[in-house]
Amino acid sequence: MDALLLSRLQFAVATYFHFLFVPITLGLSLIIAIMETIYVRSGDEDYKRMAKFWGKIFLINFAVGIVTGITLEFQFGTNWSRYSSYVGDIFGSLLAIEATTSFFLESTFIAVWAFGWNRLSPKMHCVSIWLVAIASSLSAIWILIANSWMQHPVGYAIRNGRAELTDFIAVVTQKFAVLTILHVLSAAYILAGFFVLGICAYNILRKQHTEFFIKSFRVAIVFTLIFACFEIFEGHLHGELLKHTQPTKLAAMESHWETTSSAPMYLLSIPDPKNERNSVEIGKVPYLLSLLATHSLTGEVQGLRDFPKDERPNVWLAYFPFRIMVSLAGLFVLLTVVGWFKRNKLESSPRYLKIMQFAIPLPFIATTMGWTLTETGRQPWIVYGLMKTSESVSPIAVSQVATTLVGFIVLYSLLGLTAFYLIAKVARKGPEPIADSSK
Amino acid sequence: MLETTWFILWGVLWAVYFMLDGFDLGLGALMPILAKNNTDRKIIYSSVGPFWDGNEVWLITAGGVTFAAFPTTYAVLFSSLYSALMLILFALIIRAIPFEFREQIDNPTWRKLWDTCLVIGSFLPALLFGVAFANIFKGIPIDANGIYQGTLFTLLNPYGLLGGVLFVLLFTVHGAIWLSIKTEGELHDRASSMAKKLWPVLLVVAVVFLVATGFSTKLYNNYLRMPLLFVIPLLAVVGLLMTRLFVGKAAFWKAWFGSSLTIVSATLFGVVGLYPALLPSSLNPAYSMTIYNSASSPLTLKIMLGVALVFVPLVIGYQTWVYVFFRHKVTEEELAYH
Repeated sequence: MDALLLSRLQFAVATYFHFLFVPITLGLSLIIAIMETIYVRSGDEDYKRMAKFWGKIFLINFAVGIVTGITLEFQFGTNWSRYSSYVGDIFGSLLAIEATTSFFLESTFIAVWAFGWNRLSPKMHCVSIWLVAIASSLSAIWILIANSWMQHPVGYAIRNGRAELTDFIAVVTQKFAVLTILHVLSAAYILAGFFVLGICAYNILRKQHTEFFIKSFRVAIVFTLIFACFEIFEGHLHGELLKHTQPTKLAAMESHWETTSSAPMYLLSIPDPKNERNSVEIGKVPYLLSLLATHSLTGEVQGLRDFPKDERPNVWLAYFPFRIMVSLAGLFVLLTVVGWFKRNKLESSPRYLKIMQFAIPLPFIATTMGWTLTETGRQPWIVYGLMKTSESVSPIAVSQVATTLVGFIVLYSLLGLTAFYLIAKVARKGPEPIADSSK
Repeated sequence: MLETTWFILWGVLWAVYFMLDGFDLGLGALMPILAKNNTDRKIIYSSVGPFWDGNEVWLITAGGVTFAAFPTTYAVLFSSLYSALMLILFALIIRAIPFEFREQIDNPTWRKLWDTCLVIGSFLPALLFGVAFANIFKGIPIDANGIYQGTLFTLLNPYGLLGGVLFVLLFTVHGAIWLSIKTEGELHDRASSMAKKLWPVLLVVAVVFLVATGFSTKLYNNYLRMPLLFVIPLLAVVGLLMTRLFVGKAAFWKAWFGSSLTIVSATLFGVVGLYPALLPSSLNPAYSMTIYNSASSPLTLKIMLGVALVFVPLVIGYQTWVYVFFRHKVTEEELAYH
């Protein structure tokens, strides 16, 4: 065990955990904003109760998202000081812009929203949740621009022994960033959508507050369906992008060893990295990999053997997460399409409701797999092609990192379990009775 | 010039962070002494409920700006203070969570758990930020490669600890005044008499700190070179006197501005003394992190300045609005709403 490995584990623990809560914040704020807008426009008190009920869950989740985000910002300095010093000119400024433009707005107006039910006009109250929703998605945009720069660095020059910014617009508008933003935001909205749909399904099944949850379901199903379909379409754009920007990641996620034209895709392969081949290849679909990566049946796709061994990512961690993510994305379209057709007869569709309540964890698995592919697929680079992860760790003692890693695991586990318990408790209890909601 | 502008902004951001989060951290640390029952505790939570989160973003911004404007300082400072900083972060986690979790289950043991978290999570950052900044003022043992040659205990030297005690006192007085603003009745009386009791201790520690700074640091060199700068520590003293004067007159908003002035000037007193260093090395001044050897490129500094000039005034605007909007006192009837 060295400080490098422990720091990587620590960052992995901290980001995976953080990203369990962030997508709910991103999506649920938007769903609540939509509910409250319907309330303001129609005057239907049910939608106000909806905003309040989902808001309660939102706030529990938001608290955990916030506190686990702060530790991430500081970990670049504590654990990755060489990285921070080398690329801070670009990466650091993106984080600072994120805080200045988004975090303030988000954190200030969530308090206005939570404490302002009786002090603000309904319209102003609704504006405050929209500001929260916009600010949280905006913060995601900035951090994803920063992440995209690590995946595909642009707009910089190596000067004074470090990477210095030369073209800010290029950093902010590069295709890699735009696609990543669309991809991750949609994923977050789908996740939050399934979260709402699942809780609705649970309560409708148990005939608790049935009408309330059917109404909530109808709001969420449209929202989720749109993004689930969009995500499939958008996901296809990444194949070609990776061919130009991260050929090793593309090859690893397809477990593609030999550079070939007219490359086929296999439904299932078992990678054998030691012998640089696949030990099993089943379900050959001719030309498909070339088609997806190059938009031509005969296009050439580089294989892993073209790259030095020490510049290849872990194939297993790219190949399987990719397959799981894509399969789940397909399932999400299926489930939301079915849900849309059943939206007016939910009570007579117990089987569908049962599936939906158990579907809550699936988008969490999909996003986790997606990040696993994105981040391990970039290895051994911390900034693709520019700086290796092994060169970026702080000169800190193993004992220091070991202590904090244990601290993170213990604290985050307790936090996660408690948050999960509390959210489940609120979700089971259902909304406040009608008489109370006027307060 | 650009570097100096960012140096000033860097200092101001930390100062504003201490001013804002200072009162909610200080109040959290004082809770076991000020609160006699559950209603008192609920009032204390509610008195900072709408503000603490927005306050803490100033920390994220101060950290982010250190990263953006002086990446090498950010790298060396944060990795050098690894354990102390991680302890602060863990503490800030457990002090934030109670605000959302405490009222979710109606059970005294449950509440007790979160109250303990709030108290520890408020006290530790107050203390450790003081220890950290006093050590920054003093300089830490970083070598030619920016590698820290000490341990967590290196930071716990007398001057560092004095800084910790100073911060705890500054924040608790600030917090007690805040609670005096936000409450009436017995809790209000306890809070204001706490501010009065703590004030003389704060005064003594502040004076000792100013004197010790002369022995333990080189901060005064800049002041001797440019005596006009003595205005800054003078403002800290003025703020301190204002605090006591207005607490005595039961003008608590004015007292709060007094303690805010003290905290901001005290922070800037150190920062101005550091210039042009952000993190001096105690081994050799040539190893120090300064605005010359750790700043970002002019392009980045310019872009960031543009962002700051547009957004920081906006933030100050809407955060001020929130403070005005929720300026009402927190009473028992008020609590029933939440």
